[in-house]
Amino acid sequence: MTDLTRMSASEIAALVAGGEVAAVEVAQAHLDRITTIDSQVHAFLHVDTTGALEAAKAVDTARANGTVLGPLAGVPLAMKDVVVTKGLPTTAGSKILEGWHPPYDATITERIKNAGIVMLGKTNMDEFAMGSSTENSAYGPTHNPWDLSRIPGGSSGGSSAAVAAFEAPLSIGTDTGGSIRQPAAVTGIVGHKPTYGGVSRYGLIAFSSSLDQAGPFGRTVLDTALLHEVMGGYDPRDSTSINAPVPPVVAAAREGAAAGSLAGVRVGVVRELSGEGYQPGVLAAYDAAVGTLRELGAEVVEVSCPRFEYALAAYYLIAPSECSSNLARFDAVRYGLRVGDDGANSLEEVMSLTREAGFGPEVKRRIMIGTYALSSGYYEAYYGQAQKVRTLIARDFAAAFERADVLVSPSTPVVAFGIGEVVDPLTMYRNDLCTLPASLAGTPAISVPCGLSEGLPVGLQIMAPALADDRCYRVAAAYEAAAGTLTIPEVS
Amino acid sequence: MSDAPATSDGHVTVGSTDTAPSAPAGRISRTDVAHLARLARLAVSDQELDVFAEQLDVILGAVARVSEVAAADIPPTSHAVPMTNVYRADEVQPCLPREDVLAGAPDVEDNKFRVPRILAEEV
Repeated sequence: MTDLTRMSASEIAALVAGGEVAAVEVAQAHLDRITTIDSQVHAFLHVDTTGALEAAKAVDTARANGTVLGPLAGVPLAMKDVVVTKGLPTTAGSKILEGWHPPYDATITERIKNAGIVMLGKTNMDEFAMGSSTENSAYGPTHNPWDLSRIPGGSSGGSSAAVAAFEAPLSIGTDTGGSIRQPAAVTGIVGHKPTYGGVSRYGLIAFSSSLDQAGPFGRTVLDTALLHEVMGGYDPRDSTSINAPVPPVVAAAREGAAAGSLAGVRVGVVRELSGEGYQPGVLAAYDAAVGTLRELGAEVVEVSCPRFEYALAAYYLIAPSECSSNLARFDAVRYGLRVGDDGANSLEEVMSLTREAGFGPEVKRRIMIGTYALSSGYYEAYYGQAQKVRTLIARDFAAAFERADVLVSPSTPVVAFGIGEVVDPLTMYRNDLCTLPASLAGTPAISVPCGLSEGLPVGLQIMAPALADDRCYRVAAAYEAAAGTLTIPEVS
Repeated sequence: MSDAPATSDGHVTVGSTDTAPSAPAGRISRTDVAHLARLARLAVSDQELDVFAEQLDVILGAVARVSEVAAADIPPTSHAVPMTNVYRADEVQPCLPREDVLAGAPDVEDNKFRVPRILAEEV
């Protein structure tokens, strides 16, 4: 028997559905893998051995009873710890939520369970999804399986590392400014940020509500699409959920791979998303990937999006502003930590002491930046102006999508850097240069591996108009079929 | 945030600037950080005041670049996807069991969240 942890999600699902392998065996193989290597990778904050084996057993029982299984039934999955899971610890990587057990499931948690997907546990992340390296977790960093001394990206670094380390074939992350695409790129896997509103946010611990979007990770484009289809779709419990069918992402992934051609597809190379600040090795891998798209028959055109240059500035005003408001809910009253409740301190003093003790430095920085940007006297110049720039970035996209069906760029300006190497906040923020425009415009974007630079993976970002997520998958699958997947080195 | 100096439009005033600056730039002092921290209910340490003053100054200086964009007549975007109000039928739905919710609270008394004193005077 081939090692079950090396199989794709679609292969595992087929074996389970065909009765060739029990879902319990699959779950156990992945749990064993976690036991063996997660002390080195630290992808997981919590492993739910009992729950995973029970869920797997339920799939096996359903199959034995003649129930037709869903397309991912029996496939293990790692869940980012920002998604609430009833009865399982959920910390969002923060000390302020240490020991909290949510009383309900997020919509995507429910959908995963209903699909027979086996949740192995909760993955590490930058605190409240603020970061690009997972170093901002209150529970210690996650290590990149390609080189354990390096970061796995962030904020969904536990989810990317779990998949890259063969601890799970699938995982879920959230992407506010690049937190799925950047970790996927630097760990050599596939990650997709859906159209804003395409996947329910109900039960996601909010960071920046107008930008937060959950999405799938997988080692192949097809696996990623299969998970997207399970997660996605309208949810009346999320007021920003789009009431429209999930784009046909699985069909697009299959067709893209089968066609072996991108004839008739117009690919726009974004002039502003390369050049200065990008590592030469990243640009070389990216240029080669564009060459492959051209060889596949795509019509490659250069497009200019001049306002993308201001995406970083606009994002680091809008996201902190929304975060300062959202994180006000951590008030030491209803859940989580309480510090200084000695009978003498007032509620306000207890709140301040609790938040000081419970939040890490990056979260405090962003709360204060947001508080500043929303202040009277600064509101128009900072937050108001950032929202106008957001409009202009969306207009740049609209103009570019008149000339191209998809836009491409590197997913990140640099490959995975060393843990502890980047200490300056602004330098860290620049990791998001390529991913921020699609976040601000609410448009879908995928990162697919496109070779190596100095032995470390590089990601190709493929962006599409809102609700055309299937275009990302189609082009990514065609590229993957032509270029092949990366061979991830063994963690030993 | 009841005692923050709120203006008529609901925003709070920070630092010594009461009027909108023509260009959003300026030094962030220890005093500014202390004020922001108080508004945000963060009991920051003396050492953090220095670190955050320096970092916030650099970050705010960088994000102030948004002022370079000519956008006077551009409508702001609050959400990327255009939305209108969503209505649902006004029907009674089950809510979470009280004990499940209170189980996650830092302190509970008589089936309620127990909080420290709210009023300034002694109880």
